[in-house]
Amino acid sequence: MSLLDYLLPYDFSPLTVLSYMLVMGFYGVGLIRMPDQDRPGSLRIFAFTLGVLICYAVMQTRFDYYAQYMFFVHRGQHLILHHIGPILIALSNPLPVLRFWFEKIRPGWRRALRPLGWVYQVLQQPFIALFLFVGLIYFWLWPSIHFDAMLSRELYWVMNWSMLLDGLLFWWLIFDPRPPAITSSLGYGRRMLVLAAAGVLQMFLGAWIVFSRDMVYDVYEVCGRAWPLDPEVDQLLGGMLTYIPPAMMSILGILLMLRRAMHQDGKYTNQSKQLEETAS
Amino acid sequence: MRTRFWRQRTNIISATLTLIASLLLTGCFGNDEEDWNGKNISGLMPELEFDLINSQGKSVSGDDYSGRVRMLFFGFTSCPDVCPTALQKLNQVTSGLDPELQDEVLTLFVSVDPKRDTPERLAKYVDFFGDNIVGLTGKEPQLRQLAKRYRTTFGYEEPGPDGNYAVSHSSAIYVFDREGDPRLLMRSDLSAEEIRHDLVALIQEDS
Repeated sequence: MSLLDYLLPYDFSPLTVLSYMLVMGFYGVGLIRMPDQDRPGSLRIFAFTLGVLICYAVMQTRFDYYAQYMFFVHRGQHLILHHIGPILIALSNPLPVLRFWFEKIRPGWRRALRPLGWVYQVLQQPFIALFLFVGLIYFWLWPSIHFDAMLSRELYWVMNWSMLLDGLLFWWLIFDPRPPAITSSLGYGRRMLVLAAAGVLQMFLGAWIVFSRDMVYDVYEVCGRAWPLDPEVDQLLGGMLTYIPPAMMSILGILLMLRRAMHQDGKYTNQSKQLEETAS
Repeated sequence: MRTRFWRQRTNIISATLTLIASLLLTGCFGNDEEDWNGKNISGLMPELEFDLINSQGKSVSGDDYSGRVRMLFFGFTSCPDVCPTALQKLNQVTSGLDPELQDEVLTLFVSVDPKRDTPERLAKYVDFFGDNIVGLTGKEPQLRQLAKRYRTTFGYEEPGPDGNYAVSHSSAIYVFDREGDPRLLMRSDLSAEEIRHDLVALIQEDS
């Protein structure tokens, strides 16, 4: 196999390629056209691009082939789509680019788009966001549903896209750079609680897969593996990918939130105190 | 304002509810009364279609075998255990059917090892497993395409010193009805009786 075979999609999805091209296109044009003082630094641009690229790579290169026929590669794919990719994108804070494009939308259109904002606000309620984030992992890993999703091309695409979109929503809620003291973003305490709950719930599932004595996901057995790997090893590796990295990411997220909270501790309250003092 | 909103939408809402209710009642969501032993895969996969060569070396397509219940199985003739066991079982299944039902089923054995499995070798191999079986193979891209269509794959092991190599392939039997629609996925550990039960139900349901 040539290098090209590894880079070209195994299962070409025009809609997926188009979506990624639009995202990168809008991001790039936004960057060039926006005023200099708003433009994110090169590290942030790099993080965003890397996040988008790895999500694209696991969906539209040869990686997808191995993800379809190996359980542990599939778990790696979801680790990127639901965790690492969206985390990089959220940490890169693409808000200035989004704001730039939002201001370009005509007021009439903005009104028409308002229901979308309502849906977004409902989805970003901490409890709903947590339920969706963990619920989707459990849903697609439910053995009978997982079986169907790996057999049906349509379901497979729905699965991967739902994981990616939900990952973006969830990690944006967590890493929203706007300080909660002065904006409507979620408070740091709640963010940490949501992260801890998500971590624990994922650990339950991961541990269950790791310590299962029987084959839980036999679709890979039935449909053939990409290479002859011992089914138990495959399941063990896949379980560990569900178990350890997501738990680690929850803890890292909590640490990051703690740091931010300590950084901003007193910043806004002192400011308001000063304001009060000058006023009186 | 509010009441007008609801009045205007009552029609739409009731229409939607009726539609959902009828979908549920008519069983458009895969409500299946038959108690299958295999896994029901209706609607999960595309209908039977392929472009291969048979054991006489002639090129054939899915239409060439239409009108019968078909069981698709991937394998290779040097297969040590999985394939012979499965084919033996399928032979048992079909030869145990009533004579008039026997012609209603056909096993399609697709060899994914075209390098070693020439049409002649394939013919000899499938003849060993009864009459209602056809051996098929093709060029590797053709086989890859078929495997991809049915969400399966195959792979070759590095050849040993004697030139022999193992081939990893699907162990499942894909069952298609007369129209060529995918219906069941049978695991190879089902017994001959269990497979036969499902086959008879499929043959009789639309004859």
